Amino acid sequence: MLTVENLHVYYGAIHAIQGISFSVRQGEIVTLIGANGAGKSTILKTISGLLQPREGKILLEGEEISTLAPHQIVARGISQVPEGRRVFPELSVLENLELGAYQRKGKEHLKELEWVFELFPRLEERKNQPAGTLSGGEQQMLAIGRGLMAKPRLLLLDEPSMGLAPLLVKEIFAIIQEINAAGTTILLVEQNAHMALSIAQTGYVLETGEIVLSGSAAELVRNEEVRKAYLGL
Amino acid sequence: MSQFLQQIVNGLSLGSIYALIALGYTMVYGIIRLINFAHGDIYMVGAFVGYFAFRAGLPLPLVFFLAMAVPALFGLTIEFFAYRPLRKRNAPRIAALITAIGMSLFLENLGILIFSPDPRPFPRVFTNEPIYFAGGVTISIPQILTLAFTSVLMISLTLFIRFTRTGKAMRAVSQDAEAAQLMGVNIDRIISVTFVIGSALAGAAGVMVGILIPRIEPLMGIMPGLKAFVAAVIGGIGVIPGAMLGGMLMGMAETLVTAFISSTWRDAIAFGLLIVILLIKPSGIFGSSSRTKV
Repeated sequence: MLTVENLHVYYGAIHAIQGISFSVRQGEIVTLIGANGAGKSTILKTISGLLQPREGKILLEGEEISTLAPHQIVARGISQVPEGRRVFPELSVLENLELGAYQRKGKEHLKELEWVFELFPRLEERKNQPAGTLSGGEQQMLAIGRGLMAKPRLLLLDEPSMGLAPLLVKEIFAIIQEINAAGTTILLVEQNAHMALSIAQTGYVLETGEIVLSGSAAELVRNEEVRKAYLGL
Repeated sequence: MSQFLQQIVNGLSLGSIYALIALGYTMVYGIIRLINFAHGDIYMVGAFVGYFAFRAGLPLPLVFFLAMAVPALFGLTIEFFAYRPLRKRNAPRIAALITAIGMSLFLENLGILIFSPDPRPFPRVFTNEPIYFAGGVTISIPQILTLAFTSVLMISLTLFIRFTRTGKAMRAVSQDAEAAQLMGVNIDRIISVTFVIGSALAGAAGVMVGILIPRIEPLMGIMPGLKAFVAAVIGGIGVIPGAMLGGMLMGMAETLVTAFISSTWRDAIAFGLLIVILLIKPSGIFGSSSRTKV
């Protein structure tokens, strides 16, 4: 579905992504794991069109999308739930969700709204509250719900576990699996390798802008280096 | 007492003008963090369009339409050719600010070149015959028109920002532009819409000033532009109700000082007001200091 080939991205003079290739197959959960600063978020920002690669290709079902603007990429079915949630603090929960469905016409989005409220009943209870007044966990739920409102084919999730209590992380990851089971392909970027590999089928390990290891999630969990460096075993 | 009430009426109509211009400053700042110094000159363009439209004998609604549409087109064009290329190259904000000052000088000198620097009398469309209220307070038809039309514009703007899809996208962009893009908002389009609305409001202010104070000239935008900018800062830059309130306060302060103290002190006191308010609340009346802009 998504193929990234030999991607090079720079922040000014810094060579942040140094020739990365990977692919995401339809229906999968694929995870990119790695330490802080490995370049995980940079990859997602480049896929979403917020950053332009200096070299390489990003193909969505064969179509080159790396030259498109962010709104055109959303129109092609890729939504991102950014790192740090980034909800609109002064907009109500409902308004945040409506913005997620910004490109959809008329009342098409009401079905997704119902679904999001089913996944996260707490959001419905607080729908008229400014998003900035929600707790961290609720803001993460809102960010995910907002990403679903566009009815994406591919959902990019950037560090959904960040700053959340372990119990809440479990809850969020269960919902990510549920979203995937409902037919949305997922590319998950995580520092929490343990949780990420427990729900993904395929994983890539990133170190300072390069992929150093890849394989099925089951293989990676058994891999000696991964166990030492990322799982603390 | 009636003298005081009279000055309140005068202050409100002058304040409406400042408020309308201040809205453009604050909206553009809210979206792209740029003080668009060419904005006062857009107001001048509105006054001149109104001037020629009245002279051509067009009906009032059409005059207002043109005096808003032409400045809107100017705003759109300036954004497209002057500010957008800088944004696409990630130029530092100071470069955009200097460009804005350059745009302002360009419009002023273009005005002088085309219309000559001499002031010209604005066509007298309405009688200035005062209408008497209770207590000896008077109000003129141009003042009524100004207050009424300003109210209509402000209410429409508020409803637009609050309830329409584009209005919500504008609020989202002002809170987190990158996240708004991830929602599929075409940020260039939102910026264009912002310039169009802000410039149209300034154009409306320009033609109303022509009717109120029937004299226009190419440099007429400088002082009101500056004062409207101050008004936007007083209200809290980037906050729409702040610009409305700030403009009204500015107009009121200016009128009251002129009437009861001295017209020489008018501007000094108006700007003194800015200093005092910012000393007490540095982010402006409605501005929140806690919010960090990404």
